[in-house]
Amino acid sequence: MSAQQPAQTAALQEAPVKAPASGSPRAPLLELRDIRKIFGARPDWLERLGQRLGWLQPAATVQALDGVSLSIAHGEVVGLVGESGCGKSTLGRIAVGLHAPSSGKRLWRGTDLDALSDAERRRVGLGIQMIFQDPYASLNPRLRVRDLLAEAPRVHGLIDRPSETDYVAALLRQVGLDPAMAGRFPHQFSGGQRARVGIARALAVKPEFLVCDEAVAALDVSVQAQVLNLFMRLREELGLTYLFISHDLGVVRHLSDRVAIMYLGRIVESAPSAEIFSRPAHPYTQGLLAEAPTLKVEKKRFLAIQGELPSPLAPPPGCHFHPRCPYAFERCRFEVPNLAEIAPGHVSACHLNSA
Amino acid sequence: MNPQHEPTLVVDRLTTRFAGRGGSVAAVDEVSFHVAPGEVLGLVGESGSGKSMTGFSILGLVDPPGEIAAGSIRLKGRELRGLPAREWRALRGDRIAMIFQDPMMTLNPVLRIDTQMIETVRAHRRISRDAARALARDALARVGIPSPDERLRAYPHQLSGGMRQRVAIAIALLNAPDLIIADEPTTALDVTIQAQILFEMQTLCRESGTALIWITHDLAVVAGLADRVCVMYAGRIVEQGGTAQVLETPAHPYTRGLLDSTPAANAQPDATGRPQPLRQIPGMAPSLKELPAGCAFRPRCTRASDLCGQVPPAVELAPGHVARCFHPLPTVPEVKP
Ligand SMILES: Nc1ncnc2c1ncn2[C@@H]1O[C@H](COP(=O)(O)OP(=O)(O)OP(=O)(O)O)[C@@H](O)[C@H]1O
Ligand SMILES: Nc1ncnc2c1ncn2[C@@H]1O[C@H](COP(=O)(O)OP(=O)(O)O)[C@@H](O)[C@H]1O
Ligand code: SF4
Ligand code: SF4
Ligand SMILES: [Mg+2]
Ligand SMILES: [Mg+2]
Repeated sequence: MSAQQPAQTAALQEAPVKAPASGSPRAPLLELRDIRKIFGARPDWLERLGQRLGWLQPAATVQALDGVSLSIAHGEVVGLVGESGCGKSTLGRIAVGLHAPSSGKRLWRGTDLDALSDAERRRVGLGIQMIFQDPYASLNPRLRVRDLLAEAPRVHGLIDRPSETDYVAALLRQVGLDPAMAGRFPHQFSGGQRARVGIARALAVKPEFLVCDEAVAALDVSVQAQVLNLFMRLREELGLTYLFISHDLGVVRHLSDRVAIMYLGRIVESAPSAEIFSRPAHPYTQGLLAEAPTLKVEKKRFLAIQGELPSPLAPPPGCHFHPRCPYAFERCRFEVPNLAEIAPGHVSACHLNSA
Repeated sequence: MNPQHEPTLVVDRLTTRFAGRGGSVAAVDEVSFHVAPGEVLGLVGESGSGKSMTGFSILGLVDPPGEIAAGSIRLKGRELRGLPAREWRALRGDRIAMIFQDPMMTLNPVLRIDTQMIETVRAHRRISRDAARALARDALARVGIPSPDERLRAYPHQLSGGMRQRVAIAIALLNAPDLIIADEPTTALDVTIQAQILFEMQTLCRESGTALIWITHDLAVVAGLADRVCVMYAGRIVEQGGTAQVLETPAHPYTRGLLDSTPAANAQPDATGRPQPLRQIPGMAPSLKELPAGCAFRPRCTRASDLCGQVPPAVELAPGHVARCFHPLPTVPEVKP
């Protein structure tokens, strides 16, 4: 129904041989390998001097991501879940290239992105777009929708002037907006319509991969349903791949083929969606599922997870979850559990798996 | 504490209007409900439906150009509408307490927690600072704050968002109010923290006999918390009843639409593996300035008929289950549509 096809990045070949962990014969569309990200307050020259002379403590650092690996196959929808501050947005931003990882690799169809020239990396980058929670903050309020949507494809030479109007009209239709709205400014739309404009803008450069960071969190439930349906329709029509970041387990369950659960900078469990919701293995996942509000009318009388997320400035040693885990035992306090496959495609990082 | 007691709060045909260019709009339109001691009433609806304005009206916090235009608000039999501002101020923080989405609406950023809590107690009661301090420590402990003595000496910015909201709740509980109005207090919090707070609020209100109005846009939150539910649309309560009545056998097409729009974490995996599209409500919520005549839901409603050009009256379809709709969905098997 639409003329749009995912852009072909001709320069990039299929990955050589190495099969991804899922056992698929193809290289994943995007693979993040052992990503670490450390944020530190960047010291000014006076502080640097002070630190060098030993007068000042080095500034505190946050290890936002601690060795995260995630590979996403073409056409797959991966949901990323976790509490505030656990590193979801940081991972999403690294996936689209908005942050550079402190260490680790980013592979696109098996090709190391850091080994590419700047020009090549920029072109590949067009294939990966991000959709933000607050479309208001991410849309320039002084541009009409027509210019918001045409700007990037114009800059990247995807369209020429004469075809602009048609191109914008097709984009608006694709996200369920009336092309007659092309002359409006962002503030002249409702929240749901603005979300659609944000999606249209990401689609304007014909990406293959969308990172959606809490893209429906600010929407009312009836509008959210419309936008979720739009995401699903676009996936079918354009063959899109999604990394869908959300704190809402219902949304993630609805949309995702596979779900990864994060806790304080690490992925603690990942499995096919149906599997993780019916047989959660990690104590943290079990707690999250037990505590997510559902439409079932019943008074919850138990509490699975006590306490709060510890400060990422000083994460607990060993298993980060041990201060809140009802099953924690001695080993959890000093030894980091590794992700291990406990069923086909289902990995979990917990010492109970090997106890 | 006895459920047979008369309701703590009775709101009757409350209407709050905002004057503006081109006439006034009813942000709250003939809203009636009641809350009993120890009962939790969920007030749900999408943004702009009038939930917060209903809360503010009960708190006497409607500022011009808004005004309570009609109706009555009775707290333990006492009419609050028309009360002088001074008396209303004396009620707030004492007999009626409020909790907002942003705890910093309650907390003063430059005062230590103990200072704020002691002031709240002593503003309404003549007791010593030490006695007030003991009450404050006790309230912090009751909302599950670890090492309350230490927290008393903290400033708000030294606490996490979840902790701050707990402190705001502790302040609301300080004077053992008859009624607490909580406006989306867990919306900005993680599910684990939300679950802890929901659990604590439920227990506290049940034990103390405090009536609680919990305002939220999230039907799943009221499912696990509320005894009864009111659903608002465009300023009106379109449906109310026991939580199971409203969520399991909704009568109003809007309530049904909201439930169908909610993706469920506990949905059974289907055979195809691919999710079915959500059954969405067509169109969007109308602006109060251009409400259709009659039932405000009419342009989006699949059951609408010519009759719906009139304002539908509130009809009791089953004991305690009331909907404003000319063509309600069948509620329970015995009841004819
Ligand atoms: N630019 C930055 N400088 C310093 N620290 C940062 C920066 N960005 C993120 N962090 C820290 O990194 C950690 C992870 O942050 P991130 O934004 O990825 O969390 P998140 O999982 O997306 O949380 P939320 O659900 O609240 O959006 C947090 O501790 C955060 O404070
Ligand atoms: N100061 C005001 N002036 C005019 N209209 C207002 C004012 N405050 C609120 N309203 C209107 O009242 C209606 C209900 O608002 P509110 O109670 O805040 O909704 P909710 O809490 O359900 O999101 C909205 O349509 C809003 O625009
Ligand atoms: S490793 Fe230990 S502390 Fe961590 S989740 Fe497993 S049992 Fe709990
Ligand atoms: S009164 Fe009519 S339009 Fe309104 S909800 Fe009922 S059937 Fe629909
Ligand atoms: Mg984030
Ligand atoms: Mg509100």
